[in-house]
Amino acid sequence: MAFAAGVDVGSTQTKAIIVDEAGAIVGRALLPTGANVVQAAEHAFREALKSGDVPEEDVTFVIGTGYGRYRVEFGDTQITEIVCHARGAAHMFPGTETVLDMGGQDTKAIRIQPGGDVIDFCMNDKCAAGTGRFLQSAAAALELGLDELGPTALRGVRPVNISTTCTVFAESEVLSWLARGKKIEDILLGVHRSIASRSIALLRRVGIEGEITFTGGVTRNEAMVAVLNDMLHAELNVSEESHYIGALGAALFALERIKGRSASPEKEVVA
Amino acid sequence: MKYTAGIDVGSTYTKAALMSLDGELLATGIRQTGFRLVEAAEEALTQALAEAELSRDDLAYVASTGYGRNQIPFRDVQATDLTAGAWGSRWFYPGTRTVLDVGGQTMKAMRLGDTGKVQSFRLNDKCAAGTGAFLEKTARYLGYGIQEIGPLVEYAKDPVPISGVCAVFAESEVINHVSNGAQPADIMHGAMESLIERSVRLMKRVQMEPEFTLMGGIMRFPTMVRVMREHLGDQVNVPPEHQVQFTAAIGAAILARRRMEKLAA
Repeated sequence: MAFAAGVDVGSTQTKAIIVDEAGAIVGRALLPTGANVVQAAEHAFREALKSGDVPEEDVTFVIGTGYGRYRVEFGDTQITEIVCHARGAAHMFPGTETVLDMGGQDTKAIRIQPGGDVIDFCMNDKCAAGTGRFLQSAAAALELGLDELGPTALRGVRPVNISTTCTVFAESEVLSWLARGKKIEDILLGVHRSIASRSIALLRRVGIEGEITFTGGVTRNEAMVAVLNDMLHAELNVSEESHYIGALGAALFALERIKGRSASPEKEVVA
Repeated sequence: MKYTAGIDVGSTYTKAALMSLDGELLATGIRQTGFRLVEAAEEALTQALAEAELSRDDLAYVASTGYGRNQIPFRDVQATDLTAGAWGSRWFYPGTRTVLDVGGQTMKAMRLGDTGKVQSFRLNDKCAAGTGAFLEKTARYLGYGIQEIGPLVEYAKDPVPISGVCAVFAESEVINHVSNGAQPADIMHGAMESLIERSVRLMKRVQMEPEFTLMGGIMRFPTMVRVMREHLGDQVNVPPEHQVQFTAAIGAAILARRRMEKLAA
């Protein structure tokens, strides 16, 4: 039996997925990327093998994706995360025509054809406003863990209006709201709404069509999902495994390579 | 004898300046702004009054400026940062035609007419990459405090290019440079260079012309001023190191006097 693997090396976390010949996920792993990117990729791959009880020699093709894709030294080739998120989202949610990927350092809006081919994309990579980094700064300013942000924000009733754009200034704005006696949950709800509105602006630039699938690390934040649903008047596709979608896309491309089909892009799409 | 006061409530520091009615600077006071703007303003003013051995009763008129200017209950009048900056710059250097003011959270460039009136201005207050916060963040990523920026950067030998696109993303850039063995002083110098390139672009957009006067807290770093001179030539004025932060406060005190005179006339 042959298996294929995808390793998605993100700025914050590294994800690995193993799929079987039918494209079903059989192994998965998630680790912090940290300073040693090469090692993170290696570890995530081994963990995924272990979790699926798959012997390494049975994995015949590995594709690296994400910003650290060239550091996946054991990978057979690399594909940009845009294409991988599109492919993974279309596989997990076949009705997907719009993808919102919110990661640790950038946010991307991708328009795809049914099946996963990319029509257009746009991303926020020059400025930290509207990315997961904004949440990290807010968490640091309020001395909360990242996993506490969502549950806390969900308790908010009257969101404060975060007026600053820049993440650096927002950090002090968060503290000034705190000093003015606002509740942490209302401040955090405001922070989530501010990030959501920036990503919605990004989505509008590529056009919102069909089902919207939410991918990336921030999908695990329930408050972000709720706020996006509320502001978009839509129900985003999200699953327990949404943060693996980039790695899944890479694994599916790897599977196609094994099967000898060349439907996957031969050359890198420039991100 | 009566006096006027100017209070500049900035995003990072609150500054107060006391002036006599004939335009002489008597004393200054400074406090970190924090979240209690009114307290910071009170304290900065009290410090200046103590230095000049005066009391609140000696003040004839108080003008506030800066982002917190409208929250100061004891002000008689308020002036925008631009007007106050223009008057302050011309108090130091009457030939000033272009002013660059880099504060903790804003960067402003303005061109003045013959009489000191602001003719054109541009400002950045949306993005930290063009403000003092960029240097502060860079220093913090390197493990230094704001106070250490000045002395640190004096040791720079071979500045490292810093892209300066985003103060948040600069963190990974700084970490990369450090792990490649770059010296903190050289990285800090690189951050200053990138900030200066931004400010010169902003000044070009107001059609800058000499003399140039530089103000704002950042100009207290001699390296900053030296590199600005490399870009702008000799006709660059910078108020003395211990006074440069007070330029807008001084301008506000002058505006207070003018308003008072106008009311009396």
